[in-house]
Amino acid sequence: MSAIVRSRLAATKKSRRGSEEHPWARRALIASAMVFLFVILVVPLVNVFFQALETGVMPYLRALGDANTVTAIAMTGMTALSSVALNLAFGLTASWCIAKFQFKGKALLLTLIDLPFSVSPVVAGLLYVVLFGRQGFFGPWLDAHDIHIIFALPGMILATLFVTFPFVARELIPLLESEGTEQEQAAMSLGATGWQTYWRVTLPSVKWGLLYGVMLCNARAMGEFGAVYVVSSNIAGKTETVPLRIFNLDLGLGGHVAAFAVATLLAFLALVTLALKTWLEHRQNQDLILASALPKHEH
Amino acid sequence: MSQRNRSGLPGFHLTLGYTLLYLGIIVIIPVGGLFVRAAQSPFQELWRLAMNDKAIAAYQLTFGCSLIAASINAVVGTWIAWVLSRYEFPGRRIADALIDFPFALPTAVAGLTLAKLFDPHGWLGSALAALGIQVVLTAKGIILALTFVGLPFVVRALQPVIEQLELEAEEAAASLGAHRGYTFRRVIAPALFPAILTGFAMAFARAVGEYGSVIFVAGNKPYVSQIAPALIVSYLENFEYDGAIAVALVLLILSMLLLLSVNLLERWSSRFLR
Amino acid sequence: MSIELKGISKRFGTVAAVENVSFSIAEGELVALIGPSGGGKTTVLRMIAGLEVPTEGEIFIRGEVVNDQSVQARNIGFVFQGYALFKTMSVFDNIAFGMSVRGRPKAEIAERVGELLKLLQIEGLDRRYPHQLSGGQRQRVAIARAVATKPLVLLLDEPFGAVDAKVRQELRDWLVDLHDKLKITTLFVTHDQEEAMEVSNRIVIFSRGHLEQIGTPREVYEEPSNEFVAGFIGVLNVLELKVQQGMARCQELAFPAHGVAEGGVLRLGFRPYAVQVSPDLATYRYRARLKHVYFLGVQLRLELETASGLIIRSRMAKEDFRRLGLSQGIEVSFQIREYRLLARDGEPLGQEVSALQSVPNFADGI
Repeated sequence: MSAIVRSRLAATKKSRRGSEEHPWARRALIASAMVFLFVILVVPLVNVFFQALETGVMPYLRALGDANTVTAIAMTGMTALSSVALNLAFGLTASWCIAKFQFKGKALLLTLIDLPFSVSPVVAGLLYVVLFGRQGFFGPWLDAHDIHIIFALPGMILATLFVTFPFVARELIPLLESEGTEQEQAAMSLGATGWQTYWRVTLPSVKWGLLYGVMLCNARAMGEFGAVYVVSSNIAGKTETVPLRIFNLDLGLGGHVAAFAVATLLAFLALVTLALKTWLEHRQNQDLILASALPKHEH
Repeated sequence: MSQRNRSGLPGFHLTLGYTLLYLGIIVIIPVGGLFVRAAQSPFQELWRLAMNDKAIAAYQLTFGCSLIAASINAVVGTWIAWVLSRYEFPGRRIADALIDFPFALPTAVAGLTLAKLFDPHGWLGSALAALGIQVVLTAKGIILALTFVGLPFVVRALQPVIEQLELEAEEAAASLGAHRGYTFRRVIAPALFPAILTGFAMAFARAVGEYGSVIFVAGNKPYVSQIAPALIVSYLENFEYDGAIAVALVLLILSMLLLLSVNLLERWSSRFLR
Repeated sequence: MSIELKGISKRFGTVAAVENVSFSIAEGELVALIGPSGGGKTTVLRMIAGLEVPTEGEIFIRGEVVNDQSVQARNIGFVFQGYALFKTMSVFDNIAFGMSVRGRPKAEIAERVGELLKLLQIEGLDRRYPHQLSGGQRQRVAIARAVATKPLVLLLDEPFGAVDAKVRQELRDWLVDLHDKLKITTLFVTHDQEEAMEVSNRIVIFSRGHLEQIGTPREVYEEPSNEFVAGFIGVLNVLELKVQQGMARCQELAFPAHGVAEGGVLRLGFRPYAVQVSPDLATYRYRARLKHVYFLGVQLRLELETASGLIIRSRMAKEDFRRLGLSQGIEVSFQIREYRLLARDGEPLGQEVSALQSVPNFADGI
């Protein structure tokens, strides 16, 4: 580890003639990469805000204050809150048994946890239509008992749950694995109960990663479009989340300024997520640096 | 599942039990449900729905555009990852943070803004229109959206690998007379290749499933810009459940195969580690 | 001259890693660069290779200034401390790399690689990958790769640093053997003085970016140019003395004042072998207790403690120890046969004044 750090320092401080790119080649590579990132990332982002405010602040605020938009924000809040809470509980339990214990079938379990990452959101939505839709397995029974899942909030939450399923677990597992089990064993040898150990030793050591996983899960939950689109009846003021609202407004029902105005909310969410991620990574690195600064034998 | 509890820590059965229960309810039962539902329909009928002209055109468009977008991401991602991990320059940290922007930005917003930008009257679209290139509502629009959505995968897969490359191996190559280009081809590229491939496969998997951004940029016109997920939505909107299920099954099986290949790739790529 | 450095300095920002270093190495020599870590020796090696650019000064290889030559053009073989083998290439491809860069025909490459595998006693490993090799095998592959293109000079950075003690000894003998066979000018960096003494024809000693001395192992041991070298190569007893009543004194011990005024200080050092010990208390001038005896094989290390608590290290052959009838804990007499002045009034001394000083015999009445 220290060898890597040292050689990286060497790379930036020393001039290594012949074993690195020519300064001009390097400048050209940097400049072209930055231009590309600017065009593909920064310009679209700026465009969101530009289009939203094109006709002034008042139309922008009016679009945001629209009753249906407010309902959409509430719907998004509810789906995101419930998916984050449930997937957080899952992430905490799954990461504990996967990272701290050895058992047969672990690789299979990990693969299954990853599955929602690679399934199309549209297919994810369809899965629940097949289960709970009018033509689905439980459709007749649900109909008979007047329970609405598909084309209603529960279906939208289920679809979002599926799509955001791996986020917290996937973030925590490698972190907990790298921590090992020594600290927990030490705590228990000092008389701590399992819960005490978990709350006071395990969780604090992964708190930044946990927060990051929750952030990602939340961003994806609030922004999910395809899966929710399939299971929602898409009715303004009833089953419309923020992304669906953007889609419906853009279709011409509200004009593009309104669509962009609502989109600024999600673009802002993305920026906050990125800023928090950068800050969390910084904190995580600080913790790592502090941990590695503990006296250790060399070699 | 048998457990070898060498750590002496508590809670294994409780947490594993909950994990399996939750996994079962959210993932396994719904995915299994699709297969059971498909098995209830006559196979010929499903095959016809999954393989008719419109579906084939949608697959070709989906896989073709995803392949092109993932390839662009592999090349551009390698180049960006190299720049971000090897060079120190003003703005590097901001650029590095921005890489995750396509992950964080909801696809609907990405689609909305890209569609506006590349509209023949938009900032970038007007310039392209002058060159006779139409992006919106065409396959080019699909590629654009998928490239945007998949951008972080290769970069993020490569960065840790580039950072752990042994600089001395490059110096060794130089001391043996190899110029930079030769060193890149013979020494650096082979070491990066597994990570590039992993990032490529992940970007491809994501692209194949993408719906939100594409629908904004390219629309949903059969044979022209209708990708497979959009075809499923069309079937559903017309209450043709069997058609939706048939196409979904094709996508689901493919995404499982992709997931498997990513896992195998990761195992394979660790073979040179000490 | 195979390699020549003239006034070489290297600064990283404001930190001077190497300052005004000049030395030359003849064709076919096997030379060690030695010094404490951070002394600038690896930087010097890397500058000769062309992996670093000197801030000042000129480097010659076979009489040609190579400052502006890229590392690729210098035709040197460099063996890195961590070996830096190409992980994605087999042993064969690793060794063949330099030749395939130069576009040599396949048959020639195969022949040369075969030759090297045999010379380095790693036949049969050519299809293996670096991660399948032991530390010693990796090192041999790294050396084979470096010499495959018949470079003008071979540079090795801590070649024995990464292997365990037993393999180390084996590799030392083997490096000498290899050097005899290849007759290639070889320069290696080490921090182990024993290793440098044993393996090389000449030793270049660095500390804190300065060249302290260059010479044969015998020269740097017997004629160290300063206190640092004297202390770094071999064991040295160092005494701080104060001139009182015309003699330089430290506890019971007294030496000539060497022109230092009354009340002045001077420092001197002497090798353990210069300390003569006898069980007969009348034989030598000073008394001490034989506090410890360490068995180092044929040689013994003795630790003497005077009545005032001064510790003097001595060395003697096992037979002498037995012949004299010495044993741990007894009272002995001793004298210091020869010593070297290290500093006078806090000023370090150059070569000429610090020449070996013989102590006049006890019988002469001092």
